[in-house]
Amino acid sequence: MSTRSVILSQLVLVAKEHNQTLAPLADDLPLLESGLDSLGFAVVVARLEDQLGVDPFSSDDNVEFPVTLADFIGAYESLVK
Amino acid sequence: MRRRFLRGIAASVTLSEFDGASSLSEHRDELRGCSVLIATREQLSAALAMIELDGIAARLVLCPAGRSPAELRSIALAAESDVVIIDETAESCDSATLGSVVRCGPTFKTINAPDERRQPTEWVLLTSGTTGAPKLVSHSLASLAGDMQDPGALGRDTVWGTFYDIRRYGGLQILLRALLSGGSLVMSSPDESVPDFMSRAAAAGVTHITGTPSHWRRVLMSRAARLITPRYVRLSGEIADQPILDGLRAVYPTAVIAHAFASTEAGLAFDVTDGLAGFPESVVNQRSADIEIKIEDGSMLIRSSRTATRYLNGDASSLRREDGFVETHDLVELRHGRYYFVGRRGGIINVGGQKCYPEEVESVINQHPMVQMSLVKARKNPLLGSVVVADVVLNASADIVPSDVAREAVRNEIMDACRRTLSAHKVPATIRIVSTLEVTASGKLQRPNA
Repeated sequence: MSTRSVILSQLVLVAKEHNQTLAPLADDLPLLESGLDSLGFAVVVARLEDQLGVDPFSSDDNVEFPVTLADFIGAYESLVK
Repeated sequence: MRRRFLRGIAASVTLSEFDGASSLSEHRDELRGCSVLIATREQLSAALAMIELDGIAARLVLCPAGRSPAELRSIALAAESDVVIIDETAESCDSATLGSVVRCGPTFKTINAPDERRQPTEWVLLTSGTTGAPKLVSHSLASLAGDMQDPGALGRDTVWGTFYDIRRYGGLQILLRALLSGGSLVMSSPDESVPDFMSRAAAAGVTHITGTPSHWRRVLMSRAARLITPRYVRLSGEIADQPILDGLRAVYPTAVIAHAFASTEAGLAFDVTDGLAGFPESVVNQRSADIEIKIEDGSMLIRSSRTATRYLNGDASSLRREDGFVETHDLVELRHGRYYFVGRRGGIINVGGQKCYPEEVESVINQHPMVQMSLVKARKNPLLGSVVVADVVLNASADIVPSDVAREAVRNEIMDACRRTLSAHKVPATIRIVSTLEVTASGKLQRPNA
């Protein structure tokens, strides 16, 4: 599976577990309007670290906060080679 | 009449061997009025030294095995030790810095000295320590033994067994019970597997047996549980949740299953024998009890003649408050007239500002029939600070290794159970199936930063 599809699958799975309705997953979807709350994203980030081996948001370097879904996916893709 | 014995992993003594003889041989009298550090490797030697020196030494410091030379030095300094006791199996230690050395062994030599015991002896125990260096906690035989002094109470065929090291509070309680109530004792060893200890306990005819809930979970996993038929099974040292109590009831249907609350500083507070986790509301705030328990700011405090008096190192007066109460740092919650332990104050996981007690989540996970034990901890998270994660050990019920599909199914079932019972932030973000969980030398689940 590509990094992108791993991420999208996990978003769908966590939303289902948390009984939350996901907005359509377009690249320009603002994360804050995705339907997943911060707990949901926290869980997604934890699981993606297990699946992909990286957590792009935990480094102490100036990490840019992702705004859109594309930002979020891009943060992982740039680390997963 | 059956002879009373103390039995370790490698040696055994009968209490009659003490008549006119000593395991410290010619040195015993020299130790009158001294501060003595008992640093033997074997628990049996430590027990013999304790029996011999109570009423003779001014201070006995009980040091569990495995201390580094540096740690021993710092303990000896804090306790102002004059003499250190080692056993025949120990390699020579750095005696110059620890005081003079006396050897104690499981063999006895006849001595001619009078057995006068008029010295009030201070008993000093080490806590497990939350931040590395253990604290030295001062007790007396009166505070340690409490109301144990009735020799007829339990009958001479009583054989105690314990997973605890007898140099720690929980184990020392059992040694004293065996000695003061007319029974015998089988001690375990950290090098010994659970099935081996259970075999030895069975061979010794164990009737009363104690350990932490983590020890007992390992017993239930080992298939050696039914080697013994105890009359009395006791748990302490950690929260006893309903699944472990029910598990023990199923395996020992004729035994009394008791769980006790005690700590090195607070002493023994109470025990519960109704088979339920937690304790009844009536235990708290009783007016005329010898042991007073109150709840403040969610945690339990105890005032009784069983508490320790002070620390020898660190802040001596911080053990008891001015009003005599000892803070346990154990948090409790009242639900329908019963108090339940929810965790240690220092162990709370903060998930984006919302609190979660690991023990609460563990008790939900432990209810799954295929789960033997679990450890819940914080995992650093860039969005919320921490999220909750869990490591789970499954029952080794059959010799069947669960397939990946089966494990996935169990993981999902555990998640569902958590989601049904717990608020969202407490549900583990990930669940990992592991083959074992680490247990500390004192028999408690090894927690990060605990």
